[in-house]
Amino acid sequence: MTVFTYILLGFLIVCAVSVSLIKNLLTATVVLMGYSLVMSVVWMLLESPDLAITEAAVGAGVTSILFFITLKKLHAIEKQKEEKHGKE
Amino acid sequence: MERNDASLLKSKFAAFLESASVLDDAMEKDLERGSDEKAQMREKAAYEAREMLLRRRHENAVRDEQMLYSRIHRWSRSRGAVYINSLYRILAVLLCSAIIVCLMLTVLDMPPLGDALAPVNNEVSQRYIEKGMEETGAVNIVAGMILDYRAFDTLGESTVLFIAACGVLMLLRIDRDQNGRPTEELIAAEADDRHYEPKNDVILQRSAAVLTPIILLFGIYIILNGHLSPGGGFSGGAIIGAGLILYLNAFGFKKTEAFINFRLFTAVTFSALMFYALAKTYSFYTGANHLHSIISTGTPGNILSAGLILPLNIAVGMVVACTMYAFYALFRKGGM
Repeated sequence: MTVFTYILLGFLIVCAVSVSLIKNLLTATVVLMGYSLVMSVVWMLLESPDLAITEAAVGAGVTSILFFITLKKLHAIEKQKEEKHGKE
Repeated sequence: MERNDASLLKSKFAAFLESASVLDDAMEKDLERGSDEKAQMREKAAYEAREMLLRRRHENAVRDEQMLYSRIHRWSRSRGAVYINSLYRILAVLLCSAIIVCLMLTVLDMPPLGDALAPVNNEVSQRYIEKGMEETGAVNIVAGMILDYRAFDTLGESTVLFIAACGVLMLLRIDRDQNGRPTEELIAAEADDRHYEPKNDVILQRSAAVLTPIILLFGIYIILNGHLSPGGGFSGGAIIGAGLILYLNAFGFKKTEAFINFRLFTAVTFSALMFYALAKTYSFYTGANHLHSIISTGTPGNILSAGLILPLNIAVGMVVACTMYAFYALFRKGGM
C-alpha cells in the first residue's frame, strides 16, 4: 500500500510541475484535471472520503469545465489548431 | 482626388445639417416640410458622414496599435531591457527557492502523521470524537462538526459562494435592452457560443441521457445521507451541478431553460440561504448560550435524525448546485 501511495504522490509532483511548464493551455488544463483526480484518491487513502468526493466533483469536474469555457472564450483552443495547421 | 472632394462636400453638408438643428423653429419646420428627395439626401449624407467618422476612427486605432507594437519591439531589443530581463529571471529563481526552502523547513517541523502527542490531538478533538454523536445525533462526525458545532462557518462559506456568484453575474451577464429585446451583444454571444459545437452530437446525447439521472440521484443521495455517510451539502450540490452542466452540454440551453432559469436561481438561492440563517441563529433570538434545540436529535443512524443537520444539508446543497450551474451558464453565454 505504501508503494501505491508513493506512486500517487510522485504523480502529483510530476503533474504540478508539468502544469507550470506546459505551453499549451488546453493540455495544461487536462493535466490539472488528472492532478485533481489523483488528489481525490490520495484523500481517500488519508481516510477523508468527504474531501475525496468534493475534490472529484469540484476539482476535476466543475473547475476544469470553467477553464475550458474560458479558453474557448479567449479563442485559445482554435488558435492552437490553426498554428498546428500552419506548421504542417 | 475627385472622390475625396465629394466626400468632403458631403461631410460639410452633414455638418451644415447638424448646425441647422440649432436654427430657430421656423427654419427647422421648413426643412422638415421639404420634399422626400431632400429628406433622403439628408439621410444619405448623414449616413455617409457617420461611416467616414467610423472609418477614420478605426484607421487611427490601427495606426496607434502599430506604433505601440513597433515601440515595444524596439524597446525589447535595447540593452536595458535585456539586463532587466535577465535580472528579473535571476530574482524570480531566487525568490522561488527561498519560498520553497521556507515551506520545506515548516514541513520538517510537523509531527508525524497520527502522532498521539501532536498538537491536533487535544481536548477539543477528543470531545468531538467522544461526544459528537451523542450531542449532534450525526453518525458522520464531519457533518456534525460543520453543520452543528461550527454551523456559522458553513453559513459564511455558503454566503461567500453566493457573493462569488453575484460577482460573476455582474461581470459576465449580458442584459436585454429596455424593451426586452435581445441586444446585438447578446445575439453575438449566442452565435459565438454555438459556432464551434456539434449541434446534435449523438454520442454525447445518448451518454448524457443515461448518465444524468444517475449523477443527479447520486448527488441527492449524498445530500440526504450526509449525516450518516461521507458527503453532505457541498459535495452533493457540486455533483448535482456537474450533472446539470452535462445535461446542458448535451441538449443545449433550450431544454434546460424549461426547468431552471434566472428567477428560479435567485428564488432558490435566496430562500435556502435565508432558511439557513434563520434556522441557525435561533440562539441569537432567544439570547442564550447553552441553549437546547427544540428539535430532538433522534436515534443516530436513522435517516430522520440529527436535528437540523438534514435540512441544513439540503439548503447548502441547493445553493451550491444552483451556483455551479449559474457559473457555467454565465461563463458560456452571459445569461441563464
